[in-house]
Amino acid sequence: MARFIIRRLLQMVGVVFVLSLLLFFWLRSLPGGTVSAILGERATPETRAALTKALGLDEPIWVQYWKFLTRALRGEFGVSTGVLPGTDAMTIFLDRLPATIELSFLALLIAVVLAIPLGYVSARRANSPLDSGLVVVSLVGVAVPVFFLAFLLKYQLSVEHNWFPVSGRQDNIGCTRVTNFFVLDGLLTREFDCSASALKHLVLPSVALATIPFAVIYRITRASVLDVLGEDYVRTAESKGLNARVIRGRHVLRNALLPVVTTIGLQTGGLLAGAVLTEQVFNFGGIGNALAVAFQRRDYPVLEVLILAAAAIYVIINLLVDIAYAVIDPRVRTR
Amino acid sequence: MTATATTPSTNRHGDEPLLSVRDLRVTFTRQGEEPFTAVDGVSFDVRPGQTVGLVGESGCGKSVTSLAIMGLLPRRGNRVEGTATFDGTDLLRLGSSEMRDRRGRDIAMIFQDPLSSLNPVVPVGLQVTEVLERHRKMSRKAATPLARDLLKRVGIPDPDRRLKDYPHQMSGGMRQRALIAMALACAPRLLIADEPTTALDVTIQAQILSLLKELVQETGTALVMITHDLGVVAGLCDEVNVLYGGRIVERGGRHELFGQPRHPYTNGLLASIPRLDAERAPLTPIPGSVSDNLPWTSACAFAPRCSQPVDVCTQRTPQLEESGSRALRCFNPVGGPR
Repeated sequence: MARFIIRRLLQMVGVVFVLSLLLFFWLRSLPGGTVSAILGERATPETRAALTKALGLDEPIWVQYWKFLTRALRGEFGVSTGVLPGTDAMTIFLDRLPATIELSFLALLIAVVLAIPLGYVSARRANSPLDSGLVVVSLVGVAVPVFFLAFLLKYQLSVEHNWFPVSGRQDNIGCTRVTNFFVLDGLLTREFDCSASALKHLVLPSVALATIPFAVIYRITRASVLDVLGEDYVRTAESKGLNARVIRGRHVLRNALLPVVTTIGLQTGGLLAGAVLTEQVFNFGGIGNALAVAFQRRDYPVLEVLILAAAAIYVIINLLVDIAYAVIDPRVRTR
Repeated sequence: MTATATTPSTNRHGDEPLLSVRDLRVTFTRQGEEPFTAVDGVSFDVRPGQTVGLVGESGCGKSVTSLAIMGLLPRRGNRVEGTATFDGTDLLRLGSSEMRDRRGRDIAMIFQDPLSSLNPVVPVGLQVTEVLERHRKMSRKAATPLARDLLKRVGIPDPDRRLKDYPHQMSGGMRQRALIAMALACAPRLLIADEPTTALDVTIQAQILSLLKELVQETGTALVMITHDLGVVAGLCDEVNVLYGGRIVERGGRHELFGQPRHPYTNGLLASIPRLDAERAPLTPIPGSVSDNLPWTSACAFAPRCSQPVDVCTQRTPQLEESGSRALRCFNPVGGPR
């Protein structure tokens, strides 16, 4: 097991290195560029040259990459030029990260808590009206674009009915910051109204973000449970007269959830993409917001830290999924 | 296991049947399809300590019979009629929770493919102890030494280590032994074995059969043996029921049936077994397949494949006629009418 984890971590180093290469040259081949983004179209060639030199963009590109790489290894990605000019890119990333984690975690929680039981019930009553209805709902869930759903929710429930806040992460009620996870901070400092406010702000964005993972996890659970219900070992369990609860948990779900775990891992990676759109609609102030702004303003340092971090997170999640798989499937573990 | 655990053979035929199946009929009704009667009026008795065989080709209804008795048919899409009286109670009328209480405790079952019949992600030991936890209300801790003894009793070496093993870490024969241990955990009075040796190597088959024979004799458990393999029947069963097209076509004691088969189907089954003592005699297969069957309602289903059909075979339904310990459903039996 330890060897397996070490091997995967080494693979991860390779993945991030290759990605850093691609990312670096790809960003610099985009039309526009940092200098135009900062100075605008009408700057004189002299000011452009001065800024280019100041940012170190006049050096040969391989030299630039070498400098980028050696500094990145120490966690230094340089100073933001567009999102928050003058602020360290890493600091921006770390400031924004808790918001996106909170949002993604809640979205995933909603998706998993709804999808697995519903998927199980659907499979148990395959082809019943309930099952057919849920299948349609899940299809709609995948088909509706995230940002459209986000707008719809925001317009109906915030603008029209004022049940939920329109945007932001929390009302301005003077909350103490500890970890920048606003819900957690409120609990730590016993400012429970702060937690409540943060949760209220989280509801709509996380529901919007949860739809696609919900639909996918639901479908996989349903198909997987249907498969397992037809297996001989479920019949064996029935022939032993075991309680319905034991059969459901130990014999059906423990087998059926293997593919579901993989799916949850993949969907967690996909949440980042959804978060960019959802955060934009609700002006949530997480990584997604920062990424969008950084693109518009060609803020290379911020883009680099955000995208490399996203890749690293993705790879780590996949590693966790593989470990989880080995924990629940003895055929992977004991070979 | 008190009064019923009497020594077999001496007073067996005086005992009341432990399981009495009467007119069992299972019809599969799927939407948009013609209803299909897989088991069509099957009746047989099993006495305590007795081993009864249900023999026939795939599709003759033998497995469906056992699943119906166990209450393991899918909840929807089928209709079960008739009675299966076990110890005074009709199993087919029991509610699902009452049936659940009896399954694994009074009646247990061993299935065909030991690999797919074991849960791949649960240790074998737990798959044994869970039966004891359920029916004997034991804690897992208290059940573990019993599970260990059960594995030992079915001939699994190093049972302490094997308790923690997963099915994929065992050989095929050992898995079948583990399945038998699970079935015997609560000392059931009736054991139904559905082709328990089909998926195994020939040498392992013999081991498993002698193990079953030994355990059944030791505990006085009644055994229903479902098989297409007449070799299994010859070595194990006291009484044999031959099924064709969902009906019993011939019944008799093991020696009578093998010595003097009366139904052409039974005769055909026996003739299609390779024999060592008649080297040059060619094998005689039964021609055709079950898809050639005629409907029982106006003919003998076996007539198209029969070696000696007469006109009446395709005009009327033959009835099961009993005489002594034998029963036969045939207009033109082998060896002529009695």
